Order: sequence, then C-alpha cells, then structure tokens
Amino acid sequence: MSEQTLDFKEQFEVPSKMKTWSYALIGIGLLAFIIGLFTKGTGTNEEKAIFMGTIMYNTIFWTMVCNAAMFFICATTLAMGGWQITFRRVAEAISTLVPVFGIITLIVLFYIVLTGNHEIYHWLDAKQVAADAILKGKSGFLNVKFFVIWSILAVGLWSLLGWRMRKISSEADIEPMDFNSGNTYVWKNTVTAGLFIVWFALTVGSTLPWLWLMSIDAHWYSTMYSWYVFASTFVAGVALITLWVIYLKNKGYLEYTNQEHLHDLGKFIFAFSIFWTYLWFSQYMLIWYSNQPEETVYFKGRVQGPYKGIFFLNVIINFICPLLILMKRSSKRNYTLMTFMAVLILFGHWIDFYQMVMPGISKDHVSLGWFDFGILALFIGLMIHFVGKALASKPLIAKYNPFLKESIVYHT
Amino acid sequence: MAKKKFVVGCFDNEEALFPAVKKVRTAGYKIRDVYTPFPVHGLDHAMGLRETSLHTAGFIYGITGTATALGGISWILTYDWPLNIGGKPHFALPAWIPIIFELTVLFAAVGMVYTFCYLCQLAPFVKKHHFHPRATDDLFVMVIECTDKTNVDDLKGFLTSNGAIETDVQVAEEGWWWGRYDKDDEKTLEKKIVAA
Repeated sequence: MSEQTLDFKEQFEVPSKMKTWSYALIGIGLLAFIIGLFTKGTGTNEEKAIFMGTIMYNTIFWTMVCNAAMFFICATTLAMGGWQITFRRVAEAISTLVPVFGIITLIVLFYIVLTGNHEIYHWLDAKQVAADAILKGKSGFLNVKFFVIWSILAVGLWSLLGWRMRKISSEADIEPMDFNSGNTYVWKNTVTAGLFIVWFALTVGSTLPWLWLMSIDAHWYSTMYSWYVFASTFVAGVALITLWVIYLKNKGYLEYTNQEHLHDLGKFIFAFSIFWTYLWFSQYMLIWYSNQPEETVYFKGRVQGPYKGIFFLNVIINFICPLLILMKRSSKRNYTLMTFMAVLILFGHWIDFYQMVMPGISKDHVSLGWFDFGILALFIGLMIHFVGKALASKPLIAKYNPFLKESIVYHT
Repeated sequence: MAKKKFVVGCFDNEEALFPAVKKVRTAGYKIRDVYTPFPVHGLDHAMGLRETSLHTAGFIYGITGTATALGGISWILTYDWPLNIGGKPHFALPAWIPIIFELTVLFAAVGMVYTFCYLCQLAPFVKKHHFHPRATDDLFVMVIECTDKTNVDDLKGFLTSNGAIETDVQVAEEGWWWGRYDKDDEKTLEKKIVAA
C-alpha cells in the first residue's frame, strides 16, 4: 500500500458559485431576521415567543445535526469501521460547525433563560413554580443555574473532543505509518472517540433534549424523548454527509468514494429512519393507550389541534418515503435518488423539530411561514460557508490512514 | 435423475482462483459452481451470477404478513366479535401496529428461510454429489459442465496451466436425491480421502 502512489485531487477549492450561494442565503436569512425582529419581535407576547422559538428550534436542530456528523465518525471509529475513510473528511468538515452553531445556540438559549422568557420555558416563572407541585418537584433539574452550566459544558466538550478527533485525523496526512505507529494512531482515535460517545450519551442521549426541548412542555415528560431527538438528528446528519459527498463527487473530487459507500450511507438513512419511527411510534402509542390526561396533553394539540397536518406530514416524509423509496438496493446506489432523499429527510426532520417546539409555544396558531424558511436559509448559508472553508483547509483524503485501503476496495 | 460429465479443477488459494474463473469464462466454458471453504468476496461477480431475487420474495412474504395481520385483526375486532376495550374505538389501529409488525417479520423471516433452503436444495435427507471432500476444508473446487463438444483433456490442461493443482473428470448426478449416497459416490469419496 505505502509503495503505491494514490492519484487523487487532494485540495478542495471553494467554487465562486458556492460562495455566491452561501452569501445570498445568509443575506436572505439576515433580512428575514431583521424584518422578523421589527414585526414579530415587537408584537404581542405570543408573537415575541414565536420569534424566539423559531430561531431556537433552527439553531438547536443545526447544532445537533452537525454534532451527529462527529457522532458518525466516532461510532464508526469505535466499531473499527474502515469503509468511511475515503469520505471521512467530509463528516469532519461538517463537525467543525459544532462550536459555531453551538455558540449561536448558547446565545439564543441564554437570552431566553436569562431574560426569564416564561412564554417559552414555563419553569422560568418563579410564581408559577411555587404554586405548582410538579414544577416544584422538577426544579432541581429545571433551573437557570443548571441550565446554563450544563449547556456550556455540553457544547464545550463536544467542540473540544471533536477538535481532538480532527487533530488526530490530520496526523495521517504527514507520513506513512508502520505497524507500531499505526497501532498507536488507531488507539488514540479509539480513546477519544470513546470519550466523545460517553459524553454524547450523557448529553444528546439523555439530558440535553430534556433541558432544551422537552422542558418547553414543562409538565409533560417522556423517557423516550431524548432517543427520539437523537434518532432525528442522526438521520439528518447522515443525510447532510451524503449531500456533501454527492456534491464533491459531482465536482470531480473524492475519486475513491463510489456507489458502495453511497449504498452504505443509504442503509444508514434507511435504518435510522425506521429507528426514528420506532421511537416516535412507541412514544405515541403508549400515551395513546394509557390515555392519562397529564400525558396526552402533549399530543392533544399536535394530533387533533391545528398542528394535525404537520404532525402527519412528519410521519409521511420521515417514515413512509424512506421505507418505500430506499428499500430497494438500486435506489440506495442511485446518486439522483439519494440526493432527493437526503434533501427530503433533512427537510422532514427540520419539520419534526418544528413540531417538537412550536406547539408548546403557540398552541392555537401554526406559524410556519416566511420567517421559518428565512431563518432556515440563514443556517443553510452559514453551513455551506463554513463546511466549504473547512473542506478547503485540509486534504480531502487522509492518505496514510491505516484503514484507507479497506475503504478503497470496499464493496457491500 | 440425469447424470452428467463434469471437469473438476482444484485450487489451493483464492488468488489463483479469481484469474482462473475469469479465463475459464472468457474461454467459453460453463462453470457449474465453485465450492470454497469460506465465503469469498466478489466471487459471485467474477462468476457472473445474477443478483438473487430472495429479497423480492422476502418483500412479498412481508406484505402478505402485513395484510394477514391487518385483515385478521380488523375483521375480528370490528365485525366478527367487537369488544369494548378501555373505551377505545373498535378500529384501534395504533394498538395493532406491534402485532402487524411482528407478523410481517415472522412471515418474511420464515418464508425467506424456506425459500433459501429450496433454492439451495437443502432439506432433511436430501443428498447431493460432493465433487471433492476437501472443498469444506482448504480447497477451492471449480466444477465445469461438459457438453458433447468439450475436449476433456484440453480443458484439464487449460485448468492446470491456470494454476489448478489437481484436475479430475467426474460423471455425477447433477441434481439432488432422497436417501443415501449411492455406491459410486461412496467410492469416489473414499478415494479422495485416502489421496488427501
């Protein structure tokens, strides 16, 4: 392996068209933000809450989706997977967004929490908490101090461990490895990936969705909620990786990534769409079956209220479509269809986040409209800009990675 | 129960096997099968085997399971014997989903296992001819079907020149049969074991 020279385009150059697109999207987003600030932001209390809530679910969604890219790297590393090496730098580039979007999330959330916006988080209102036995019981967890510290810790450690994973990955650019240095390299990767996964389980896998999202409906709880959020963001994260891989292939990069790798990404999207549905349905069915008023309150507005359409659209996009379209082997190997599915799934889980957050903030009005899509454009623009920059800053393939050969000759 | 003539070439590693498979195919011979001690990646492509349709069968079995469960439960609980369970509507779809799912999996799994066994001609008491006893141990055994026009000696020479360490001509039962291995088969087996 080491004697052979690999022939590939190492350096990604950001095309001017991509720059134009990212700046245009950021521009549209900022415009929407400013217009929203002066229309919704100065309106009634509910309108103000919708304004903050819309920004909030967008930023949480994108932070978690980008963090899912690092989860993808760490999970495959721990499983001693070799197939992802040819396009691992793409996932790494996406994960560089965690600190950026993480800081935006922290600013938005801290603004909500520190100004005591109890239209969004009811547990911020001291008077209500004092009069409410359930909120009182949860106040050890749902309080400003814990919220702030835990959120900073979460975003900080994701960024730190992600940065370390990317730094280790850069070592494979320098020189060929022999057996011993290869072993050390794999071991270092394994330890950091293990630490990341543990921290990921303690945050995304359990506490953070409770704190950031579930506490909007402060009375209600579900033990499946965090897994449901995790599945949602992971599937969207893999879809995002797939989109970038297909984009780079279209531009003539990533010569060693082929249909076999696309097939496995497709399998991931298919499998985790089913997993998402499993959690979504388990959460729904148990509550529907036992029919306890304090539990059904969450679904009342979503299934029977004004959010009915979005609720069922969510299931159709995120379950029925992947099930029927991605089941066939040939569709997982088809670049056009995979692009379509990746976009559809990203949109579907964005809608999923919308219906997790907004019905808790504005029960009677479905606010989905220009402002939501404007803020979405802002985040897509930022994502394109930063991922493009991160891709250009490193070789596209770590050419001395011990698993590279396995990845090149890989077939499913 | 037709007997056929086969030319058997044995290889002792897969590196020799792959180019040989390609050359035998391009020379126009018909490979009946290649028996290997372990699953060899990419061999199916090299042999030009078509994609299995087992998964299509699995999908059909699964849909059958879904339809059976949905049809059965809804007929029983809404038409044949409606019961009031916890004040739920008679057509209580969410409660049925787990059972529908499990019947889907059951039908698909069991159906695919039986279909797989049928396609591979595997069943209790079914016997098939073994071309070489060491195929389950350490030998890669390529079996080529002969026609009337096949020159057996040429073919044996061709295999040897492409890395076969052992070649052989066998007239053997091509399908499966019930019962025991017949006398001919036992003889070839004994001879091979002694030689090995």
